[in-house]
Order: sequence, then C-alpha cells, then structure tokens
Amino acid sequence: MLHIINKSPLTSTTLDSCINTAIGGDLLLIEDAVYAATKGCSIEAKVKSAMGKFKLYVLMPDLEARGLGDRLIEGVSPVDYSGFVELTSKNKNCQSWL
Amino acid sequence: MSDAKKFMFVNRKAPYGTIYALESLEVVLISAAFDQDVSLAFLDDGVYQLKKGQQTKGIEIKNFSPTYRALEDYDVEKLYVEKEAMEARGLTEDDFVVDVKVLSRAEMGALMDEQDVVLSF
Repeated sequence: MLHIINKSPLTSTTLDSCINTAIGGDLLLIEDAVYAATKGCSIEAKVKSAMGKFKLYVLMPDLEARGLGDRLIEGVSPVDYSGFVELTSKNKNCQSWL
Repeated sequence: MSDAKKFMFVNRKAPYGTIYALESLEVVLISAAFDQDVSLAFLDDGVYQLKKGQQTKGIEIKNFSPTYRALEDYDVEKLYVEKEAMEARGLTEDDFVVDVKVLSRAEMGALMDEQDVVLSF
C-alpha cells in the first residue's frame, strides 16, 4: 500500500498517525511533509526508525522548492512526478493522509 | 515617526504548502508604505520561509524568497527568528537569505508583547 503525507511533521500529527497506524508499505512525502526527510530536523530519528517498516520516498521538486534538496536523509528515495505516478500504479491501493 | 505604531507580522507557516507565507509578505510590503515601525517574526515552520537555495521551477510556483532581501529597501529591517524553531529544523543563521536577529522563545514573547498591532500568518 502507498501512504502519502503532505503536512509538515513539526506542526501536524499526520506523519505520526500514519507511522503508528499503517502496517508498512511505501510512504511518500510531498509538499510540506518533505521537511521530514531532511537531515538535522528534530524528528530525524523517528523517520529513520520508520524505515524499518516503510520504504520511504520524497518528491524532489517539493524538496528543491524549499531549498533542501541537498539535505536528504540517506535511505529516503528521491522521486520525480513520474516516479510518483509509478508508485500509485504499482501499489494495489493508496491513502492520502489529510 | 513619533506617532508610528509598532506592527509585528508573525509568520509560522512553511512556504508553498499553504498561501500564508506569500500573503504575509504582500501585506508587509503594503504596510511599508504607511511609515510604521514594522517587525517580522519567524516562528515554528515560518523559519523555513527564509531558507536559502529555494528552486521552485519543478513545482511551477514563483519563488518569492528573494523578496525578503528587498525588504530593507522599504525600511523593513527588523527580522527576528526564533532560536528554538531554527534549531529544531537543523538550520543555522547561515541558512537564511537575509540577515536576521535570532531571539530565544522568551525574548520573542516579550517583543510580541510590546507591539501595538500583531498580524498572524
């Protein structure tokens, strides 16, 4: 299953809810959620531990727009828009955590 | 300037994900025309607004971060960043497009309390 998060991890509980609820699968960070994939962020450890359960992806155009394209945490896979589409098509279902 | 009021714009949202950051900047530029004592405060995710190196071509949204550098031409020179928010995001003063004054959360609260008008974005 594909889980999509678009809220900042430091001002919303959305990422937490997803990590705590979902049993695993692909987790794609887009829009303000891309901050979760940046080195030095206070939730870095939480994101790294989520990697045991999820395969993490980040939408690079959103990360680059925010000036953080060079701070991607290792192990998070960068995708572009066609990679986004691929993730939605290869998974049997998906959930956008609003 | 003696009858100028103290205006503070409180910015707490990241850029691009919502319209708040851009809207705040627009209102700051408008307020600059009225010769008031204007301060900008960046708290929480608002500190991300000032991050250097924003490249928005991929998301097809205008990169408005260079505008912060133009603020001094409008005599808007008081930019404050909350230290705790900056550090929680792995950022330092060198990461910002403009010179800012870094304040502790307590100092920020005191500065906020001094204002005549506080506008929140």
